[in-house]
Amino acid sequence: MTIMRQMRPALTIFLLLSVLTGLVYPLGMTGLAGLLFPQQAGGSLIRSEGKTVGSVLIGQNFSRPGYFHGRPSATMGSDPADASKTIAAPYNAAASVGSNASPTSRALVERVAAAVAQLKAENPEAVAAGEHIPMDLVTTSASGLDPDISPDAAFFQVRRVAQARRLPESEVHQLVENLIQSPLMGWLGEPHVNVLQLNMALDTLHR
Amino acid sequence: MSISGWATIAVFLICVIAMTRPLGGYLKRVLEGERHFLAYGLGPIERVFYRLAGVCPREEHSWSQYAFAVLAFKVLCFLAVYALLRLQAQLPLNPTGMSAVAPDLAYNTAMSFVTNTNWQSYSGETTMSHLSQMLALTVQNFVSAAAGIAIAAAVIRGFSRRSAAAIGNFWVDLVRATFYVLLPACVILTLFFVAQGVPQTLLGSVQASTLEGARQTIALGPVASQEAIKMLGTNGGGFFNTNSAHPFENPNALTNFFQMLCIFAIGAGLTNMFGRMVGKEKQGWAIFSAMTALFLVGVSVLYWSEAHANPLLTALGVDPSLGNMEGKEARFGVAASALFATVTTDASCGAVNAMHESFLPLGGMVPLINMMLGEVIFGGVGAGLYGFILFAIIAVFMAGLMVGRTPEYLGKKIESREIKMTMLAVLCLPLVMLGFTAVAVVVKPGLSALSASGPHGFTEALYAYTSAAANNGSAFSGLTANSFWNATLGLGMMIGRFFVIVPVLAIAGAMAAKKVAAPTPGTFPTDNGLFIGLVTGVILIVGGLTFLPALALGPIVEHLEMLHGSAF
Repeated sequence: MTIMRQMRPALTIFLLLSVLTGLVYPLGMTGLAGLLFPQQAGGSLIRSEGKTVGSVLIGQNFSRPGYFHGRPSATMGSDPADASKTIAAPYNAAASVGSNASPTSRALVERVAAAVAQLKAENPEAVAAGEHIPMDLVTTSASGLDPDISPDAAFFQVRRVAQARRLPESEVHQLVENLIQSPLMGWLGEPHVNVLQLNMALDTLHR
Repeated sequence: MSISGWATIAVFLICVIAMTRPLGGYLKRVLEGERHFLAYGLGPIERVFYRLAGVCPREEHSWSQYAFAVLAFKVLCFLAVYALLRLQAQLPLNPTGMSAVAPDLAYNTAMSFVTNTNWQSYSGETTMSHLSQMLALTVQNFVSAAAGIAIAAAVIRGFSRRSAAAIGNFWVDLVRATFYVLLPACVILTLFFVAQGVPQTLLGSVQASTLEGARQTIALGPVASQEAIKMLGTNGGGFFNTNSAHPFENPNALTNFFQMLCIFAIGAGLTNMFGRMVGKEKQGWAIFSAMTALFLVGVSVLYWSEAHANPLLTALGVDPSLGNMEGKEARFGVAASALFATVTTDASCGAVNAMHESFLPLGGMVPLINMMLGEVIFGGVGAGLYGFILFAIIAVFMAGLMVGRTPEYLGKKIESREIKMTMLAVLCLPLVMLGFTAVAVVVKPGLSALSASGPHGFTEALYAYTSAAANNGSAFSGLTANSFWNATLGLGMMIGRFFVIVPVLAIAGAMAAKKVAAPTPGTFPTDNGLFIGLVTGVILIVGGLTFLPALALGPIVEHLEMLHGSAF
């Protein structure tokens, strides 16, 4: 008796709320967002000479000495040689993932040791000048797509970038300074530098 | 630890305190059917809903009818989500060609979203079509949260009414919570998030050619609309695999701050609604104070832990000043990550902006303890308040035992039946958390899914069942859920939700039927510091006695091993 009496409201309310919150709301918001904030709604994409370079919010993999490098990334992708396998594919923005390494895992310690050795090899001048290895340059981000590094991590790479681009160190240093995003109101958030923006600014500087 | 980090925590708490009263007043007006400004615009649509559904808004339910309505609705939700996920390949709005979700995963996901857990055994951007994200998952984000608010309202009515047979109408509470609380707030939040950079599009992905000339596929979708309800409804199921750590879900420190406020907003507001409905706001503030005390302890320990660098890494010559940055985002740093992790597990949200698995052992223990305590620190929308009321009942019961008087809460006598129901609800959680973990760490399909070895592997399993039973949904995400885990976690989520809801509604029904005794000099007051201390103590003692041995085997021994320099 009660069962039958409750079935009609259950079914009707479920269907009505589904249409309202599952179709009207997200589709309506998509339309409104596209109208009011088309750039952000579309993923904050950067276009240059007709091509999409990336999104300002999504980090990219940089390995050339003339670019600032971002943080290590734990994202994976399918192996082009064998599609059934996955291999490391840093900054794969189609499949975000963190390392989920346990703080006491041997794999983490070995990976960070390798990252430290690589950083030292790539930046001998910074090491010679006594700069410390920045923590964020040897640890993977939570998303694997972190677009930012700490100011210290950028300064650490200034000598290498300047040398590779044959630019005065002071000029590259100044560029980093200019692009540091300070905490909002002085307390909210951490100071950081967007690596893609920094490297794009570097490219225009070079010309 | 930095001044700006502590300032963030302080300003956050001030904002929560500031919004509690206005939100509580508004929630009460909505759920008690009083006049409020949105009812003028949306009221006609609300009435159309009732007419189509054959619901008479004035007709109220007894506790068993109310519980039955909740369960009937949940069964429908479960079946609908399961069907949508299984059929998504044949349905529209699937721009990236996702195939059907496997049966065990579809079951786990349906249970997860129906119970407001939002545990994600799947990775959103590689599993779900846009239709599944919207019509299956976003809908559940709304209605599971609205059901939580509805149940909290029904429970409060149990205490505020005298000699009454009914505790409200579930359909009316459900529709009102969706219409007047969740939906309007989400419209504003969505626009705010989009303005800050969260995408909202029906495109599946875009191709970019990076500065170094590589191809990068960037997953997109209707993210902002889901993000808003994910936080406000303490759901926590992200559009992307890495949840609020993904720059598209949580692009900057400001969105991060608002996401945390959203998690606490309704839970805090409900404490005030409780006070208003039982006739004394101070009763609500007493609950609020106990919650705040537990929140502050948690966030302080977690922040302290993460502000230290991992000694195994500093031994390699890395600069320790940034703290433990493995699994954290540069724009948030350790302070905002620690605060977020505390908030998301105080409430039953489960969204993450950092990978909890990579926290230092004692840092990772804080979210774990928050969930073990039953997520009563503001808690999930609705669930936090009715969970807390269970502990309040135990506290007054103990006070009654100490002085030899029949315990009372808000003038209602607490008798044997209520205590039995309370203990049933309080004990079913540890049963799942500890019992299921004990099985998982001895059977092969349980062990094979763990990513970490040593004590951390044990913590990974414990965290998973704790998160499931507490309906949180955050994870030590190294766990690769197989069908064993999908099945047992799904079961855990179900027990954690419904073995609390039904006893709690039964208590509400019993309470509503009772008379209110006039306060005498012997009455134990429940709006002062003594009560706040007692109930906080009860929460910690019940939690501590139950879980300390398990914690000693996991994070505590791992912490000692780490200080000793051992890796596994």
